[in-house]
Amino acid sequence: MEIQTKAYGLIDVDERQKIIFPTGILGFENLKEYALLDASQQPFYWLQSLDMSEIAFVLINPLIFRPDYTPDVSAAELQEINLTADDKENSLIFTIVTIPEDQSRMTANLQGPVIINRKERIARQCISTNAKWQTQHFILDELAALKDSVC
Amino acid sequence: MLILSRKKNESIIINDNIEISVVEIKGDQIKLGINAPRSVKIFRQEIYRAIQQANKEAVKTSSNLPDIEIFKNP
Repeated sequence: MEIQTKAYGLIDVDERQKIIFPTGILGFENLKEYALLDASQQPFYWLQSLDMSEIAFVLINPLIFRPDYTPDVSAAELQEINLTADDKENSLIFTIVTIPEDQSRMTANLQGPVIINRKERIARQCISTNAKWQTQHFILDELAALKDSVC
Repeated sequence: MLILSRKKNESIIINDNIEISVVEIKGDQIKLGINAPRSVKIFRQEIYRAIQQANKEAVKTSSNLPDIEIFKNP
């Protein structure tokens, strides 16, 4: 199917890249249909709204910079997308990235992870119950800390 | 908005199975006790606000994403 994207203009994507957010994303509750795209720049992904081409979120796998990350979301939230906490095989976990003009200060929202049921292709932005996870984690700082702890 | 007055140890029932009671009142802070089925999601409102705000910032991200090089020497 052809879709209009913020990053790449009009492109052709596989129907299987389409993901439904039954309750939308917080602050964008009216937008329910998205496509998950690999960004040209690894390790990022684009979560592109199919209803509004100018709305797209940058996603990253949080384990890249926080290998200890666990979303710690309530069973009730997972149930809404037909998942359970131990169903790792069908769960895809991403976090939303904000990249300001100074790209080195990019942040990830670990408090509001995007969890996808990859079998049913439905998803939800959940809220972590773990106070350790905040809406703004500086990705490069976390990576630097990770390197220091390994060395 | 429906507004109800409650005293300490009084409660309200929502939808037959959610009970919210006033557990403690101290100055300008009150402690609420909530009894609800596990399927009911309960969060502090400011957490919702913070995530909404973060999402609104996130969509301002430019399409020119940083190159992978930025990850090499954080």
